[in-house]
Amino acid sequence: MATVLAPPRAAADVGGVSGGGKLRLHAWWTPYLLCAPYLVLLLAFVVGPAIFGIWISLHDWDFMLPRKPFIGLQNYKDLFDPSSVIARPFWHGMRATGIFVVGSVPFLVLIPLGIAVLLNRKFRGRTFFRAIIFAPFVLGIAVVGVLFTYLLDPQFGLVNGFLGLFGVPQIGWLTTQPWAWIGLIGMTVWWTLGFNTVIYLAGLQEIPAEQYEAASLDGATALQQFLHITVPGLRNVLVFIITTTVLASANMFGQSYLVTKGGPGDSTRTAIMVMTQEGLRDFKMGTASAMSYVLALCLALISIINFMLLRERRAK
Amino acid sequence: MTTTTAGTRTTSAPAAADPTPPTRKGFNQHRNGPVFWIGMIILALIFAIPMVWMYVTSIKTIEDSRAIPINLIPGSLTVRAFQLVFSDAQNPVFRWALNSLVAATAHSLLVLVVASMAAYALARMKFRGQGFIFALIISTLFVPTFIFLMPNFLLMNRLGWLDTLWALIVPGAAGAFGVFFLRQFFIGIPRELEESALIDGANTFQILTRVVLPISQPALVTLAVLSFLANWNDFVWPVFVLFSSTRLTLPAGLASLQGAYNIDYPVIMAGATIASVPVLILYIFVQRYIIEGVATSGLKG
Repeated sequence: MATVLAPPRAAADVGGVSGGGKLRLHAWWTPYLLCAPYLVLLLAFVVGPAIFGIWISLHDWDFMLPRKPFIGLQNYKDLFDPSSVIARPFWHGMRATGIFVVGSVPFLVLIPLGIAVLLNRKFRGRTFFRAIIFAPFVLGIAVVGVLFTYLLDPQFGLVNGFLGLFGVPQIGWLTTQPWAWIGLIGMTVWWTLGFNTVIYLAGLQEIPAEQYEAASLDGATALQQFLHITVPGLRNVLVFIITTTVLASANMFGQSYLVTKGGPGDSTRTAIMVMTQEGLRDFKMGTASAMSYVLALCLALISIINFMLLRERRAK
Repeated sequence: MTTTTAGTRTTSAPAAADPTPPTRKGFNQHRNGPVFWIGMIILALIFAIPMVWMYVTSIKTIEDSRAIPINLIPGSLTVRAFQLVFSDAQNPVFRWALNSLVAATAHSLLVLVVASMAAYALARMKFRGQGFIFALIISTLFVPTFIFLMPNFLLMNRLGWLDTLWALIVPGAAGAFGVFFLRQFFIGIPRELEESALIDGANTFQILTRVVLPISQPALVTLAVLSFLANWNDFVWPVFVLFSSTRLTLPAGLASLQGAYNIDYPVIMAGATIASVPVLILYIFVQRYIIEGVATSGLKG
């Protein structure tokens, strides 16, 4: 504590020292020593495995069998060969993931933006509202998943009970399409909307108030102000939110695993579900690793396209 | 303060033209009409009701949980569901809660230690390979986590960590977020504090632990809480690396509970209650840290 309180006097002394020559602050190996524990973890559990995963994908790697023969790109070829056993479930899962991404991202980008604009007004209880909207995100997917299994129960669930008050006939949320997708997307919006809202809010508060003042002096309407000040002011935040939301939705697993169990049929069995079933339940890790790299490449491609599209618009 | 009034301005066109100074009491409430308030209340209910429903259901009788039409006020309350989950040897919920607590606490402590050391070196020191190390850390942010499922599963197997809490505590600490977050914070600290400590004869370790870390308390709390929450709620990984019923954490356990009790919803909601109350209490106390941590992480990207 003493050192913390010391600065005002000592800082003045240092000014002269560090301002001129080079003050040797530490031994040359100190930074390496400080970085070492983290780097060991990074190499062991991130960098190493990312490379090891490629190695696995080049083998017929069955966890249960002692022999894991090298087969080159065969696992990848199988994924792209319509006649192979694995291509069908894999692309079916990729399609399910695609449907979920396309269905959920617009809501997760637009609804939080609207709520953030509302919450950016000054009013009593603002912090409270923000806290309530963010709260579901704190719960985690397991709690949200089992909770919505109950809420969406066709017979006993609160959602059908509520809709019944308006004469809506019982909806088979978990057993019929497109209701299963609507249910999964709805619960995901409920769960993660607060996350994006909070990021938008931080972005909104970076926009200088003078811009709005100037605009209203010039007679700009609320809509004009939104389109010409708010949206351009949030450009970087929008790029961030769209990119991360696409990635988060493409990672969808828990919702299907807990609520629809991949059903009805296997219509909500996402790519991650197919991949984990193949690799971590059936222990065919070669094919599962190949799947993970194909999915990752698809996502990288989408991210790059996203980024270029959004940057393009800024240039105009 | 002035920036927050901007939102009001956007929605009220001509009246906003007069330059009212943003005083403390200048809430401009009259501009938020009844439609606004009804909208906000409906919004709040949409988020609150499912959570309240979970807690209410956990103390309902099985008949009340399946009443048609739904009765909002249950006829009688019971702790049956909690008695069941606490006495079920197949689904030891109390043990899961303990596992979750141990794993999440150990994980966030590990993150704090390794991330603060590395972040301090990257923020304050100049050394050969620094650029490469930083680029390496950045690049890992772009790799989706499912890539690591198979190789890390095999690694856990080799280390003998399958079906142990080690699998939950250690690998996740290699994430780049903590290093980034703290590096950003350390860069913002005025150097004079450390320089004066150096003049007083303190070594790097002393400067870090006695000067830098104490004034970084808000950032450390934020990182600790975010790491704790992420670990507590982690789902995919524990579902696949933990197998024995006594070794599960709450999220993985909830999946097992759902399988065992199917539509005995009070029991499942009791499990969900036990999994959610600790983090909601934590959230109530450190709400500001969590939300600001999330907000800054977004803005930096």
